[in-house]
Amino acid sequence: MNVLRAAFAIALKDLRVERRNREVINAAFSFALVVLLLFSFTFDPSGEETREMSGGLLWLVFSFAGVLVLNRSFARETSNDCLDALVAAPVPGAAIFLGKALANALLLLVLELACLPVFGIFYNVRWQVNFGWLLVVFVLGTWGFTVIGTVFSALTVNVRLRELMLPLLVFPVTVPALMASVQLTTALFSGQPIAPELLWLRLLVGFDLIFTLLGVALVETLLVG
Amino acid sequence: MKSRSEWVLPVLTAAMLVAALYLAFVWAPTEKTMGHVQRIFYFHVPSFFTAVVAFLVGMVAGIRFLMSRDFRFDELAVSSNEIGVIFTSVNLVTGSVWAKPIWGVWWTWDARLTSAFVLWLMYVGYLILRRSVDEPGLRGVVAAVFSIFAFVDVPIVYMSIRWWRTQHPQPVMFSTEGTLDPQMCLVLYFCLLAMLVLYLCLLQIRRRVERLRHETEGLRRLVHSA
Repeated sequence: MNVLRAAFAIALKDLRVERRNREVINAAFSFALVVLLLFSFTFDPSGEETREMSGGLLWLVFSFAGVLVLNRSFARETSNDCLDALVAAPVPGAAIFLGKALANALLLLVLELACLPVFGIFYNVRWQVNFGWLLVVFVLGTWGFTVIGTVFSALTVNVRLRELMLPLLVFPVTVPALMASVQLTTALFSGQPIAPELLWLRLLVGFDLIFTLLGVALVETLLVG
Repeated sequence: MKSRSEWVLPVLTAAMLVAALYLAFVWAPTEKTMGHVQRIFYFHVPSFFTAVVAFLVGMVAGIRFLMSRDFRFDELAVSSNEIGVIFTSVNLVTGSVWAKPIWGVWWTWDARLTSAFVLWLMYVGYLILRRSVDEPGLRGVVAAVFSIFAFVDVPIVYMSIRWWRTQHPQPVMFSTEGTLDPQMCLVLYFCLLAMLVLYLCLLQIRRRVERLRHETEGLRRLVHSA
């Protein structure tokens, strides 16, 4: 079976499971709202400087909520030994990895697009100005974050204190992707054109490519052991 | 120490470190604007380079472990990465000590500092990750895969910092503009060598500790299963 077809099948499976029990998305969205609330206490939310830090705030919310999504990605497969069945299935490990990453990225994107208007209302940020480019940044940033997160989710699935280990490992490694996303998002929120920030966009694309390839190369070892 | 040859590295390290102290604090000329504070740089810069070497060795050992499943490589990997964390800590602390009189603050979120801190956090994560896996085979695989991701990330973090505002003094080693005084340069390279020898010495000891720990773990398992 074609790797990509298998990956789509696995992504569809994950999304179908999520659609049926809404295990993650509700909790993650509520958690994102909690974080948005907490931010309002750390600085003056009506101040002019809010716009300058808006990208950073938003991506912190995304990454906190994102870790919740990623935590469940492989942990979900541990009951009834589903993971063993997945690994034993006649598909390459790369397909499992890509499928899971795709499902996680889509879930996270839905979450982000749901958070965006709420964020705009709460913090008076005009996010509609550059929406097309914003979407590009969201997709690239989310893919970088989820690729690392999905590999590390597989990495920590049989580890003690799994829920604690994942953010500890994911955040430092995703720093370049988050930095680039924050920089681009802040620029787009303030209505600037994307042109002077293309360097960051290139960084984001490079980050995505490198770690997708690395994940594809290493996931087989990780899953089979 | 079992054999005489194992004494070679510790003795050499001690001699080189004493010589490095003499060179850095007495022989090297005093810097014009920063004064004596600048001398910390003879340990600050080499400790960072040594840390990077240690992490590189750790990653290569990790890859070798993934290919061969020979636990000697896993022992080498954990030893090297752990020592790398120590050297990164030395780098961060000496940098802080230097920054206080020169910049007036212990820490600033300058890009280079931030990326050194990110590096440190990643490898502390590596050590914690190892501790939370009981099964040696799985532990080796998980740790090796993580160390590959972490090390590949280092140049990307470093690149992204160049585009963020930086107030750190420009790197003086391996750069084309030789602005450093030749005498200072000599001391710097000697200190780098001393640090690398210190790394090898620590690696030798740490590997033996890890080997023994691995053996005791196996014996304990054997006792429990009997």
